[in-house]
Amino acid sequence: MDKQYKVVHCTINGKKVERIVDVRASLTDMLRNDFRLTSVKKGCEVGECGACTVIIDGEGFNSCIYLAVWAEGKEIWTLEGLIGPGGELSDIQQAFIDEGAIQCGFCTPGFIMTSWEIVNSGKEYTDDELRKALSGHLCRCTGYENIFRAVKKTMLRHLGKFEEAEKVNSQGITEYPEPMPFK
Amino acid sequence: MYDIKALYEAESVQHAVQLLQEHPEAQILAGGSDVLVQVREGRRAGVELVSIYMLDELRGVSIDDEENIRIGSLTSFSHITNDPIIQKYINVLGEAVDMVGGPQIRAIGTIGGNTCNGVTSADSASTLMAWEAVMEVTGPEGVRRVPIKDWYIKAKVVDLKPGELQTAILIPKESYDRCFGHYIKYSMRNALDIATTGCSVNVRLSEDKKTFERVRIGYGVAAPIPVRAYTAEEFLNGKEITEENIKKFAETVLEDINPRDSWRAGKALRKHISVVMAERALRESISLAGGVVNG
Amino acid sequence: MSKKYIGQAVTRHDAHDKAMGRIKYTDDMCDKGALVIRVLHSTVANGIVKKIDTAEAEKVPGVVRVFTCFDLKEKHYFPTAGHPWSTDPHHQDICDRLIMTDRPLFYGDDIGAVVAEDEVAASQALRILEKSVEYEELPFVLDAQEAMEEGAPLLHENYPNNVLAHTEIHMGSVEEAIKEPGLTKVEGWYETQPVQHCHIENFICYAYGEGDRTVVVSSTQIPHIVRRVIGQATGMDWGKFRVIKPYVGGGFGNKQDVLYEPLTAWISIQLGGRLVKLDVPREETFICNRIRHAIRYHITSWMRPDGSFAARTFKAWCNNGAYSSHGHAIAAKGLNAFPQLYPCDNIDGETWTVYTNRSVAGAMRGYGMPQASYAFECHAEDCARAMKMDPLEFRRKNLMPVGYYHAFSKNELYSDTFNQCFDKGAEIIGYYDKVRKYANQTGDIRRGIAVSTFWYNTAVYPIALETSSCRIVMNQDGSVQFQLGETEIGQGADTAAAQMIADTLGIPFDMVHPVSCQDTDVTPFGTGVYASRGTYTLGFSIRQTALLLKEKVLEAAHQFTRMPVYNLDLVDGIIVRTTDGRELMTIGELALAKLYTTDGSQHLTAESTYQIKSNAYSFGCCFAEVEVDIPMCRVRLLNIVNVHDCGQVINPILASGQVHGGQSMGIGYALSEKLLWDEKTGRPLNNNLLDYKMSSFMDHPRLVADFVENYEPTSAYGTKGLGEPPACPVAPAIRNAIGQATGLYINELPLSPHTLFREFTDAGLINDPWAEENK
Repeated sequence: MDKQYKVVHCTINGKKVERIVDVRASLTDMLRNDFRLTSVKKGCEVGECGACTVIIDGEGFNSCIYLAVWAEGKEIWTLEGLIGPGGELSDIQQAFIDEGAIQCGFCTPGFIMTSWEIVNSGKEYTDDELRKALSGHLCRCTGYENIFRAVKKTMLRHLGKFEEAEKVNSQGITEYPEPMPFK
Repeated sequence: MYDIKALYEAESVQHAVQLLQEHPEAQILAGGSDVLVQVREGRRAGVELVSIYMLDELRGVSIDDEENIRIGSLTSFSHITNDPIIQKYINVLGEAVDMVGGPQIRAIGTIGGNTCNGVTSADSASTLMAWEAVMEVTGPEGVRRVPIKDWYIKAKVVDLKPGELQTAILIPKESYDRCFGHYIKYSMRNALDIATTGCSVNVRLSEDKKTFERVRIGYGVAAPIPVRAYTAEEFLNGKEITEENIKKFAETVLEDINPRDSWRAGKALRKHISVVMAERALRESISLAGGVVNG
Repeated sequence: MSKKYIGQAVTRHDAHDKAMGRIKYTDDMCDKGALVIRVLHSTVANGIVKKIDTAEAEKVPGVVRVFTCFDLKEKHYFPTAGHPWSTDPHHQDICDRLIMTDRPLFYGDDIGAVVAEDEVAASQALRILEKSVEYEELPFVLDAQEAMEEGAPLLHENYPNNVLAHTEIHMGSVEEAIKEPGLTKVEGWYETQPVQHCHIENFICYAYGEGDRTVVVSSTQIPHIVRRVIGQATGMDWGKFRVIKPYVGGGFGNKQDVLYEPLTAWISIQLGGRLVKLDVPREETFICNRIRHAIRYHITSWMRPDGSFAARTFKAWCNNGAYSSHGHAIAAKGLNAFPQLYPCDNIDGETWTVYTNRSVAGAMRGYGMPQASYAFECHAEDCARAMKMDPLEFRRKNLMPVGYYHAFSKNELYSDTFNQCFDKGAEIIGYYDKVRKYANQTGDIRRGIAVSTFWYNTAVYPIALETSSCRIVMNQDGSVQFQLGETEIGQGADTAAAQMIADTLGIPFDMVHPVSCQDTDVTPFGTGVYASRGTYTLGFSIRQTALLLKEKVLEAAHQFTRMPVYNLDLVDGIIVRTTDGRELMTIGELALAKLYTTDGSQHLTAESTYQIKSNAYSFGCCFAEVEVDIPMCRVRLLNIVNVHDCGQVINPILASGQVHGGQSMGIGYALSEKLLWDEKTGRPLNNNLLDYKMSSFMDHPRLVADFVENYEPTSAYGTKGLGEPPACPVAPAIRNAIGQATGLYINELPLSPHTLFREFTDAGLINDPWAEENK
């Protein structure tokens, strides 16, 4: 059978583009190979690790299990799109740097994309909600601790809660109420 | 790059039916979080696919003329969880599908895919069983409805005939009216996991909140397909809300479930947890319905 | 030397580029036109490949070549461990691997390879090829002790009973000591499970020809060792290969082994130097790279009434999988640690490293010490309970005392590390209050708190060569580049090194630029990063080299300032006259002048090698607080605190990051992670990130890391190992906390619902009236 191709029109990082893609390609393939957006990482290719996460129409997706042809008409953001024209970083990127949330860096682009979605949602997440919202990413270096702090601080700053943000410290012992009968 | 022999993109439901008839070997592709993974694994390598993912007409939650809650089959888990109709009438379904995988999986995964793959561990399945959902199927002969108790034929096989696709899931008013439910997913970690077993309970209490008017309980991974525990339900219907009845209900679920041994979990563990979940999900449902346990 | 940057939480040098997504890892650097390699793996756990029919696979459009084990005309057996080479043949690693083998010893062994124009063609051909292999299947064995039994399948001819090595230690006389009246005997079996590293970047490498040599770009911790082993594996001169290490997406010891670099280089050579890439899928990373050794322990202690040890015995069986990789080193480390952590005059210990038909075990964060710590610290807890002593006081009484000297390694415990770490951790978590509060609970949901410690030493002296080399090159503006053989793999080694150079040389931190990517053609020789050696070992060559450069700088300054060298210093980028503190010129002015002067032009550089002949203990502890839901058979970790003494902390934020990572790995090890094989077929069952349960964001509480800083006197900068220690004490702390909550002290990992259900049922904590009929 002959190979099948399709023209895909979409907006990537704010720019309208079109490409002829092999219908067998994943969105990860298209972004990495056709657009050289190599912040999109491959860690498992089955939607388990989250390293390939991009934002499509405002929501985070694993681009490895998303067909490139489905990008038709969509607005897609990758980490490269968060950088200003003069190389300026967004506040969430800067928070990952400042809080030591980056080690090997391989899970970082995906994590930042989900975090970007969170901090721009206008919603104040509880700690548990924040962990849940970030739970589609695996990291083996950081134990998620400094990532948690980076996202929480940035979220609070977005909500204008600057003093609370500064109080998010690095030695978080949690006092728990008496055990509930069922959880 | 996926080993796909051909990809046919449906432009409407009718077009999808036509494509499925033209390509009888083709597999329906909704969100792809199962099918694409199986293509990569080799289990479905070289497959022909009919993609229905771009059919926005199959997305969204509404209340139809018959007062059914109508969930378009392509509605993603995240959209179900955030939908006001779901939150108002059947919040437990939103909570259940909010436990699938992680957020990115919930953005791509669809409730149609979750019920058409015929998998017993699907997080939506036990709740849909327990709320007596009705599947709307569209095919060459038109539209037909299948009650969920008849939907699952055997493991990984559902009542979809050649040329058919599921287009909506309906929850009848009689099923959701005055009902409150709770789902427990039992898995080995708190995110990015499939259910080792799952249990969804809902109750409708009497006016005075002292008696169970109707109790329903559905399970995933308690049998090769999602199941109800009818014997336990029958035991409890019409009974008073008491400690003794709750305990007896929980143990009675064993009459109807038949989990198996696998390397993922032993039968004994699954049975034990099924009983614990029945009790806890029932207690939570009672509490949501405003009931209190007597003695 | 001033300490302006050492001890400061400066931002790691690569953080900015990583946050921008523009750091290049191996796959990002590879040309899109690369041919794709997929490895043909054995689908039997033990057997002989009789025949592979490649005809059908070769017909798949896009397939370039199919190689099988029968294409390997010369058999060059090679080792894979990332150990330094030894010129003593008796001390060299075992050479038991081939690039492809016709004698597969585990399910997943490498028996062939497909090269294709794209991944779809490669995977299509691979599926066809898998069905065209004819095997003679042989019986297999998965358990270490079963593999030692008479009649068990033999994996390697020269290793009877599959014993790769067996070593013993004896001190005093256990036989005599246990005759002492009034002793209490405590005995236990402790079982640890196989787990995998799960770095998020899978192993990947690519190779191409350049002149008459082959260049291999690889995601590795050990580029110089990789080059040597490719030479051994191909039977070619080592200098025929050039190995380049780009940024690495995590290693944790898996990439301290030579993995598929020899195969990839060999295939490129067979194809006349064409660019070929091998990107290992996650499923193969789990079973065809390396895993952590499963080790079974048996420990017996005889306790005096005062809670001291009269005699102790130790036995360990270490499941090494099908090939030697790191050989006996991992089991031996545990045996070596046993008499040191809780010293006792009378000790018998022995340990076996055993081949089995499982995936190959190698180095993984902690190098045998997470396993041994589990056994040691479960047993210590059991001893304390037997003697009705507080577990923490029991440890304080019996642990290695200050001043302890170990003759072989020449290690000495200089400070009261254990007690300092215990005190700090206990205060942070509120240990003493909680341990009282949680005593004697009843009910379905209970809490517990406990502590654990561990033994660890930095680097590999005196077992193997310890050397490090450094080159520093000064630019016209006085800034410098530096190169090291110790690789940056995410831990922050480059940044810590830059802090040391800035302080030693006396220039601002932002003028120190790491050359982060190693290239064996350019980078000075170094063996890589492992054994938590990076910061300790690189410190020696850095300090030596930076001082050499400083000497040259001050000599040059003499030329332009006319002042004697002994009255000059370089302080934060300024040439200063020490007699009055006057600032004479900047380092930029000096470097420029010295390079372009018509009177003795010089490019200011320095390079040197330092051979290290010391080692350093690196100790600490972990406190864990848990909540156990007994009917649900689930554990929730409420709080975890690790306190470590790694000497001088070079960079607190990076050091905390190392601790968090180790805690996280320890949490998964304690509660959920385990690789499984089918007992009937030897086939791996859960080699993917869904079925293998590494902990997610929702499985962690806040992770607390803290430090006690006792300056390490043997060290160039007072520092010592920290990469691995944090992973060691976590699992036993969690086990002991579950014990405090439930009264059940479980000697098996992981403490998953499967294990807890069985143990709770056996102990009657779960008492289902209907359970009997299920059995």
